[in-house]
Amino acid sequence: MIEISHCDLAYVLGASQVKVYDKFSLKVEQGESLVLIGPSGCGKSTLLYLLAGLLQPTGGEINIRGERVIGTRQKTAFILQEYGLFPWLNVEQNVSLGLRVRHMPKKIYQEAVSEIIHKMGLWDVLHHFPSQLSGGQRQRVALARALTLNPDLLLMDEPLSALDALTRERLQKLLLEIWQDQKLTTVLVTHSIEEAVFLGSRILVLADGRPTHVMGDILNPLVGQSSYRRTPEFFQKTSYVRSLLEGGKVG
Amino acid sequence: MTLLSRGFQRQFLGYVGAVIFLVALWQFAAWSLSTPLLPHPLAALRATARLLFDESLGKHLWVSTYRVVLSTLLSLLLGLPLGLIMGYERRIDRFLAPLVYITYPIPKIVFLPLILLFFGLGDGSKIFLITFIVFFQILVTTRDAVRKVPAETVSSLRSLGGNRAQVYRYVLLPASLPDVLTSLRLSMGTAIAVLFFAESFATTEGLGYFIMDSWSRAAPDEMFAGIIMMALLGVGLFIIVDFLETIFCRWQHLKGD
Repeated sequence: MIEISHCDLAYVLGASQVKVYDKFSLKVEQGESLVLIGPSGCGKSTLLYLLAGLLQPTGGEINIRGERVIGTRQKTAFILQEYGLFPWLNVEQNVSLGLRVRHMPKKIYQEAVSEIIHKMGLWDVLHHFPSQLSGGQRQRVALARALTLNPDLLLMDEPLSALDALTRERLQKLLLEIWQDQKLTTVLVTHSIEEAVFLGSRILVLADGRPTHVMGDILNPLVGQSSYRRTPEFFQKTSYVRSLLEGGKVG
Repeated sequence: MTLLSRGFQRQFLGYVGAVIFLVALWQFAAWSLSTPLLPHPLAALRATARLLFDESLGKHLWVSTYRVVLSTLLSLLLGLPLGLIMGYERRIDRFLAPLVYITYPIPKIVFLPLILLFFGLGDGSKIFLITFIVFFQILVTTRDAVRKVPAETVSSLRSLGGNRAQVYRYVLLPASLPDVLTSLRLSMGTAIAVLFFAESFATTEGLGYFIMDSWSRAAPDEMFAGIIMMALLGVGLFIIVDFLETIFCRWQHLKGD
């Protein structure tokens, strides 16, 4: 599904050059739910921008479904940090914006949008603006907007970081459902170890510092079971990820 | 809806109160100064009514309104797009910003003699001068507003597949609109001041002319009729922009639950 080969990304800071990625390679299989976890500034978000086609690597290449990424792609949806909603559009307008910029006629998208808004439980706040919504509702709007694009790849940058614990768990479940129902490939960035283990069929632990390197590439086959959170395996996995992260910081 | 109308009612009462207060202040000043130069409010209002219906005050009001509204629209038409482009396209901005920042603080009004020379004594020179001044205010505000738009908001639209033109339409324009309308509202005061100045020279039409003419004829109540009209013009335009803001920037005035 995703193939990143020998990617370089560097920017100039003053007189020196900072390498964010140096010959970075990664393969993600179709249907995988990849979670990136690591300390701030390790290049997690940058990887999402590269995959979304919003940033171009300075060397190497990225292919999605065999096609080289040179700009944004029709079937990639990206939920940015802070949800990326437009404060001047109401819920309905925010959700349908992706289809509107793709010049889809209103008659055609109206039904799809209504269906997703219903499914996300946003019908009651259809004409509300983002400032009138709770954090959880905003996240649902962002998800709804992403899903209207009927994506095969969903990128999410710390989608649940600003939410209270219960809302967070509810939305984690929702994300799992969406991933399983739609057989999506997802790449999610998080700071939460617990979230990484609950949502990632594969967890990539990134090390502190630049250029980015991978400290651990962990498969997590039990993901997706609703009771997973209460099993000893879940606890073992979180402890392992934690130990990797702590070790990385010392190093 | 009831909340809205109650809010509106309160606002309306506020305006009425302010008018009563100002008229009372005027009456008090007229009493205590007791000079023919400052007529009583009632005399001025009588003169206003008489001139508005019997003589040419209506025509002067219309000419002034037309000049100031047309200039404002022209300023918007020129300043808004250019401000959006300068705010977003760094390369163009690097070239144009120094030019704007050097010319912005120059008082454009000093060019009036030159403008009269090129645009004549009619509407053209007045409209050009007001546009010239208000355009810069809108340009600078729009540019600065666009620069405040977070990069993530633009990225968000790009990630949905939005192209450059759509970034302008769906992000930059709506994001800068509140600042543009605020600037427009403040510009109204400037526009009317400039209008008065431009109309008090070498012309026979407009409220500025009417006020100066009444003054030279030593007809203070007529002069005040002109001043009242000018004030109403200013307040009217101010309210219109305010109204536009409540329509187009409703999202700005809402609070969370």
